[in-house]
Amino acid sequence: MPQLGADMSAGKLLGWRKNVGESVSRGDIIADVETDKADIEIEVFTSGVIERILVQPGEKVPVGTVLAIIRREGEAAKAETLHAPRIVPSEAVPARPVAPVSPARPSVTAPEAGRVHVSPVARKMAAELGIDLASLAGTGPGGRITLEDVQQAAQAKAAQPAPGPELDRRARMRQAIAAAMARSKREIPHYYLSTAIDMSRVMAWLTQENLKRSVEERLVYGVLLLKAVALALHDVPELNSVWNAGKAVPLTDIHVGVAISLRGGGLVAPALHNTDRQSLDELMKNFRDLVQRARAGSLRSSELSDPTITVTSLGEQGVEAVFGIIYPPQVALVGFGKITERPWSSGGQIVSRPAVTATLSGDHRVSDGHRGGLFLAVIDRLLQEPEKL
Amino acid sequence: MTKMTYREAARAAMRKALREDPRVFLMGEDVGGYGGAFAVSLGLLEEFGSERIRDAPLSESAFVGAGIGAALGGMRPIVEIMTVNFSMLAMDQILNNAAALRHMSGGQFNVPLVVRVATGGGRQMAAQHSHSLEGWYAHIPGIKVLTPATAADAYGMLLAALREPNPVFIFEHATLYPLEGEVDEAVQLMDITHASVTRPGKDVTLITYGGTLGKTMQAADRLAQEGIEAEVIDLRSLRPLDAPTILASVAKTHRAVVVDEGWRTGSFSAEISAQIMENAFDDLDAPVARVCSAEVPMPYAKHLETAALPKVEEIVDAAREMIARRG
Repeated sequence: MPQLGADMSAGKLLGWRKNVGESVSRGDIIADVETDKADIEIEVFTSGVIERILVQPGEKVPVGTVLAIIRREGEAAKAETLHAPRIVPSEAVPARPVAPVSPARPSVTAPEAGRVHVSPVARKMAAELGIDLASLAGTGPGGRITLEDVQQAAQAKAAQPAPGPELDRRARMRQAIAAAMARSKREIPHYYLSTAIDMSRVMAWLTQENLKRSVEERLVYGVLLLKAVALALHDVPELNSVWNAGKAVPLTDIHVGVAISLRGGGLVAPALHNTDRQSLDELMKNFRDLVQRARAGSLRSSELSDPTITVTSLGEQGVEAVFGIIYPPQVALVGFGKITERPWSSGGQIVSRPAVTATLSGDHRVSDGHRGGLFLAVIDRLLQEPEKL
Repeated sequence: MTKMTYREAARAAMRKALREDPRVFLMGEDVGGYGGAFAVSLGLLEEFGSERIRDAPLSESAFVGAGIGAALGGMRPIVEIMTVNFSMLAMDQILNNAAALRHMSGGQFNVPLVVRVATGGGRQMAAQHSHSLEGWYAHIPGIKVLTPATAADAYGMLLAALREPNPVFIFEHATLYPLEGEVDEAVQLMDITHASVTRPGKDVTLITYGGTLGKTMQAADRLAQEGIEAEVIDLRSLRPLDAPTILASVAKTHRAVVVDEGWRTGSFSAEISAQIMENAFDDLDAPVARVCSAEVPMPYAKHLETAALPKVEEIVDAAREMIARRG
């Protein structure tokens, strides 16, 4: 089960698209997984034949669980024991403080830390009534969840209307965003820089270029911003890193994650792979496809797990500047506001120019304001030569 | 219905059997001239004579063995053993002959023997006269183990036991002898295979038998004052054990306390706990609790003996603790 974002701890396998014995090639979509944010298509990174399927549709398993075993071409089937799946708990039960056992009772064993004590009949009834035991606080001796606890929870549940699947999904996405953002603000010492960039050359070039293109193939300025960000990372590569186990790990590939707001609330930031190496036309096509699929809920696993930096643009909402929160484990986020005509000093004259405010949210553990400023300056410089993008 | 003591009920049953069936006779230590150590057979010698009310020598092995022989020979002996502690001397006859002969003879012989045994503590009879070892007997396939807790059962069970083709052991708790109860002397053939729900309730099942039924009923009364409705089961028979009645009750109350005057370790209370765990696991809302005797030879001193035996407060506490809600 891949980790499709820092806020994901478990995923539910919705279904397999390949069966045991079928051949798969690197990049094939072999399964669908439901996360708190979206239904995701899972890709494979190995070519071969599916030897065993270890997780069945409907099962929710922690990140890191082996879902299936793929045998490479020519590779002999290995002994079963070598492929034994990592033992993982069937349900992720959050640790819960357990009250000390009453001294009046000659209890032989102290309660295991993190294990929720549930009486057998309470467990059975909870399964029948669809009550999540992890959400209950036991009131029985030693903090045990008793039948009465389950019955009361069932009554409380019956008293309130059941949330529809859509509402439920939205609530879970909100929780997932909350967890990731709270963690980011708690752990990452953010610094913020902003610079106004003259967009007159970009806009003029774009007008000319789009005259040559059919309506479907026309470029939007946002694609130029994405490309500029990707190329600027070549000059300040430390911003293209992930924070892992106490240190920054620089990455060679540049996959810009694009923040896409979803209808009905929430957002995702899937990757445009190798952003720096795509032509503007390729980027345009792939960007359009990405937005469409993000809103349709059919993103691929690598798109959610691969972004190395995030770009968020709130110009359409009339926002002047965005001071975003970094999406862990990334170490930088670039924001763009609205392109507005504004007074601009040029050659001793005050003129009107279309301009955009670019901001950088940087992780101060990894980079300093000096390098961040340089990064914004490179973006500015690149956008003054749109034909080279 | 006639009001009589438990002792009188056992005596009335024997008298009825002696009158109606010439094959029936009573044998044991001091059952004749002395009227029995607990005066159960008082007056029977005068009515039935020394052929049928037979004083035995001080040898449990000999007179239980003689009883087995008589039963094999077509008689319907009632053998009285003064206390369960003394019955250890007859264990070889009981285990290796009475319980085994029908099996070993391929059904050619059966042993229709009734053995009455006084059991239990509470009368300052100390460590050689006061133990509750009926659980050991319930371990043995081939015999039935009855534990009448009321005068009515003392009467009806003895008559029913005499109709059984195989050995039946009746354990009479010595503190019950003077207690009065209503007895139906017209009872034809009492059911001796089912437990009885002596008091219905919905919050916790108190399972007991014999001498501790009274304490358990008192505990249920006390619990009722606190708003806890305890269901009391009198097992009546330890072998066969009426598990369905226990399981049905646990399915209703989800909690069980076993009250047993025997020791805790390796005991009949452990057997009941195990059967509940095996067959009613998904009905349980709390671990099964047990109230048993302290694991010591029974003390003579009154206060120590009282301390060693199961107490009403312990039963109340055990039930209360498993129902208590935290916070």
